[in-house]
Amino acid sequence: MVKIDDNKKTNNINNTKKKISISKVWQKALTYVLLIFLSVIVLAPVIWIIGASLNSGTSLFSSKLIPEEITFKHYVELFTETDYAIWYLNTLKIATINMVISVIITTITAYVFSRFRFKGRKFSMITMLILQMFPSFISMTAIFVLLLRMHLLNTHLGLILVYVGGQIPYNTWLCKGYFDGIPKSLDEAAKIDGATNVETFTKIILPLAKPIITFIALTNFLAPWFDFIFPNLLLKSSNKKTLAVGLFTWVQENQNTYFTRFAAGAILVAVPITILFVFLQKYIVEGLSSGATKG
Amino acid sequence: MKKVEKSTILSILFMGLGQFYNKEILKGIFFSLIEIVALIFFVPYFKQGLWGLSTLGETPLHYVNKIAVGDHSIFLLIDGIISVLVFILLIIIYYINIIDARKVSESIRSGEILNNSKKSLRDVWEKHFPKFMLTPAFLLIVFFSVLPIIFTISIAFTNYSSPNHLPPARLVDWVGFKNFKDLLSLKIWNGTFIGVGVWTVVWAIIATASNYFVGLFLALLVNIKGIKIKKFWRSIFILPYAIPGFISLLIMRLAFSGPGPVNNVLVSLGMDKVAWLTDSMLAKIMIIVINIWLGSPYWMALMSGVLTNISKDMYEAAEIDGASKAQQFLKITLPMVLYQTAPLLIMTFAYNFNNFNVIYLLTDGRPVNGSYRYAGSTDILISWIYKLTKNNNQYHMASAITLIIFIFIASISAYGFTKTKSFKEEDMM
Repeated sequence: MVKIDDNKKTNNINNTKKKISISKVWQKALTYVLLIFLSVIVLAPVIWIIGASLNSGTSLFSSKLIPEEITFKHYVELFTETDYAIWYLNTLKIATINMVISVIITTITAYVFSRFRFKGRKFSMITMLILQMFPSFISMTAIFVLLLRMHLLNTHLGLILVYVGGQIPYNTWLCKGYFDGIPKSLDEAAKIDGATNVETFTKIILPLAKPIITFIALTNFLAPWFDFIFPNLLLKSSNKKTLAVGLFTWVQENQNTYFTRFAAGAILVAVPITILFVFLQKYIVEGLSSGATKG
Repeated sequence: MKKVEKSTILSILFMGLGQFYNKEILKGIFFSLIEIVALIFFVPYFKQGLWGLSTLGETPLHYVNKIAVGDHSIFLLIDGIISVLVFILLIIIYYINIIDARKVSESIRSGEILNNSKKSLRDVWEKHFPKFMLTPAFLLIVFFSVLPIIFTISIAFTNYSSPNHLPPARLVDWVGFKNFKDLLSLKIWNGTFIGVGVWTVVWAIIATASNYFVGLFLALLVNIKGIKIKKFWRSIFILPYAIPGFISLLIMRLAFSGPGPVNNVLVSLGMDKVAWLTDSMLAKIMIIVINIWLGSPYWMALMSGVLTNISKDMYEAAEIDGASKAQQFLKITLPMVLYQTAPLLIMTFAYNFNNFNVIYLLTDGRPVNGSYRYAGSTDILISWIYKLTKNNNQYHMASAITLIIFIFIASISAYGFTKTKSFKEEDMM
């Protein structure tokens, strides 16, 4: 009796195992179909724009998904017939300067808030907490008039100042949160050994804070490539424009005559930025999530 | 009279005197120089600033012997605000000067400091390190964050707009709460404000929620047990987040435009063209759909991290207790993910509320809406403000709306921040 029971049991188990494995195969197949379907949705616009940039025609209507003959002439045109190279250099210049100044000012400010206790510290921290809630473009009218007053309209300096000033509150909070996590005993030990404040900062804190510095450097470097509002509002002449504004005017005003040119221009921006991003995505995701958990 | 009181009174009389009395020559020179400069240059500037602030100018631009003279109301306003800020700064320095004189002379009395005059420059630098280091950030914040916000708030209470109140040819006046009253009660404004405002809130909620859940779905999908080449799928799905947003948006705008490829495919399949971005209802839906393409990868990346951090023990325990997959998801995965990402969710809502790029680069706020004033059907508040500022010179209304957004976003973010860990930590401040 006991033996039969055991047999039945194993039989039952085998049956259910088979059922599970069949439904599992279905599940798996379904999952892969879904994955492929989603990948197609994600990749379709990318493939389309790459194809478009290699088309020989110029208009949106005539361009084929798979070009009949592949041509690189639109890429050449960008540099021979348009201001594209100037826009590229402008953006690169603004991005680099913005990155360097922002990192220096933000890390120093965060260091002071993290390691020193002084009058007005709490007040300043709360003020920055409130300020970081507002993106700086929300007071764009005021910034426009302010730069007009300071004779900085249509200059890159004005734009950089707006970027640097706008990022301080949020990034300082982020950076201070990270610095707080570095043990204070380390810099106290350095102080006992006779290190000055600057030495403690550059030799103890900075090397330990590489991830957050990478994040702040990267976001500040990328901001001018993505930003459309301020360059469009503050820069007037074509030789001062940044890429975002320049490419937008092609799409907005002449989408039929400049379409393939836009496609080529877009790819030349997107490829280096995307590569940079993929290489450093670990820092980006970390930095963004620490904004929530560390404040 | 005691020495402490003497030095205090001296520093009240004139900045720096107390320090001289305490034999701190360097400090004394520093403070008294500030007072001298302030008396000579700042007093007339401040008087002019106050006059400008209260009147906003009395004579509009006109020509005397072909030379332009007259008041520019907006320059007067901004100069006035700057002079008030400088005045506040001077008061703070004055206060520091008095406190400093008092403290130093107290410590001289108690014998803590014996040799003041021999302090080296290096000591001063080390002692006041925080103040020196904060100066650049302080100035930048004052000029590019605080000043613009004060200025925007001020403009909201003036009539700065075209055609009748546009300097330099015309003057601007203070009008009190008139703009806010007009915005809420005047028909030409309140219809647009309510219409655009409701769409802004709807958009921000749906955009945030849809990205969040699609992101969660993608993360779960890639994390399913037994899926091969996980890294490959994840890299594909992260792609839209890595491509510069404005480029993706412009590509989408072209793809769904009238003669674009999406319609081409439809036509070749024998169907009619669809007005993806030019029909007011469909355009709104398309904006949300395209935004999912654009925004959910970020959440996927974030949640993949959260998911791998959830302890496996919990699922094993749940399985032993006989919980189904659905129950495991609802009782373990979802609460854990929500708990870790809730503060970011609130920040993303605030971000989407002002997500200018998606709207402006996809549709320009179009299609045109006849019943709206200076706004299109898909415009959200921030893109409406942009149009009011850049194209229509309606600065007064733009600022009034900005002020309303300020208050709204600030209350939401403040609520969000009280929920973050850092706010509850003791050493935050």
